[in-house]
Amino acid sequence: MNGEFKPDEEYRRRQRARNNVLGVILAGFAVLIFAITIVRMKEGG
Amino acid sequence: MSKTVPQTLPADWRDFFALTKPRVMSLVIFTGLCGLLAAPGSIHPVLGFTAILCIAVGAGGAAALNQWWEADIDAGMKRTAQRPLPAGRMDPVSARDFGVGLSVASVLVMGLGVSWLAASILAISIVYYAVVYTIWLKPRTPQNIVIGGGAGAFPPLIGWVAVTGQITLMPVLLFAIIFFWTPPHFWALALFVQSDYAKVGIPMLPVVAGEKATRRQILIYSIILLPLSATPWLIGGTGAIYGISALVLSGLFLGLSLPVAFRRRRGEGDPMSPEKRLFGFSVLYLFALFAALVADRLI
Repeated sequence: MNGEFKPDEEYRRRQRARNNVLGVILAGFAVLIFAITIVRMKEGG
Repeated sequence: MSKTVPQTLPADWRDFFALTKPRVMSLVIFTGLCGLLAAPGSIHPVLGFTAILCIAVGAGGAAALNQWWEADIDAGMKRTAQRPLPAGRMDPVSARDFGVGLSVASVLVMGLGVSWLAASILAISIVYYAVVYTIWLKPRTPQNIVIGGGAGAFPPLIGWVAVTGQITLMPVLLFAIIFFWTPPHFWALALFVQSDYAKVGIPMLPVVAGEKATRRQILIYSIILLPLSATPWLIGGTGAIYGISALVLSGLFLGLSLPVAFRRRRGEGDPMSPEKRLFGFSVLYLFALFAALVADRLI
């Protein structure tokens, strides 16, 4: 890293990255549950 | 510097990913997928995807719990010292919660979405790896790998049950193949990293019983693997593609275990080439054997 190490910037960068990853995972999870529900309804299970 | 700067940085998401042992997970996904594809009958692609995802996430959760429990041991071994916990990049509570969260979520989604029998076996496999193997057997007995290897043998069984909804002889045989494959696979590795295991007091077979006994055990398991891997063909569960592949692959496995069984380490500078060759082939063996199983079913 160039220049002075700034822990607060690094903290925010990591939090932002974690929030983004969590958001993608939760969105994927919601789509998966939706898809499972549709398949289950079609199969009558 | 800002006054609101926290004392410790939160773990990077890549460290959480590393906690799931992605390389081990690839083998778990593969064997689980093969069990699912080789099973008689069919499953809706969405449910099939869900089953494999749950197997992978469950394995990741168990791996995270394993690393949470073994952080001190990992810190003492060169191979594992850079993992997130021993390297100090993550706090233990986050790792434990992450592992529990993944494990519970994988079992619930498998049960609600696919099958409660498959979910039950997945739950057993997670407890088997995280508790029976990691906490109970690994630090206590040199047979840790033999019994604990069962944890890695569950994925094809779960994949199969996700499709058929029942446990029959074929998925049990797939379980048995991985169960008997695990000891020679890990002991070949333990032979060339044994100084690390000895340092942290893990009673791996080479450390406790010595190299000679370990080499003999590798040969015994390799011999058992030959007829066992062919059994699905012999009982009519698969066709010739699998049967011939199993005989050839297991013959090669046995052939590579022979030089390991009948040699002695030549001092500290021994490159341990036969042991490394057997370990490398053992990974290829499992991939090829299960690929042959699927090919046999699909062709």
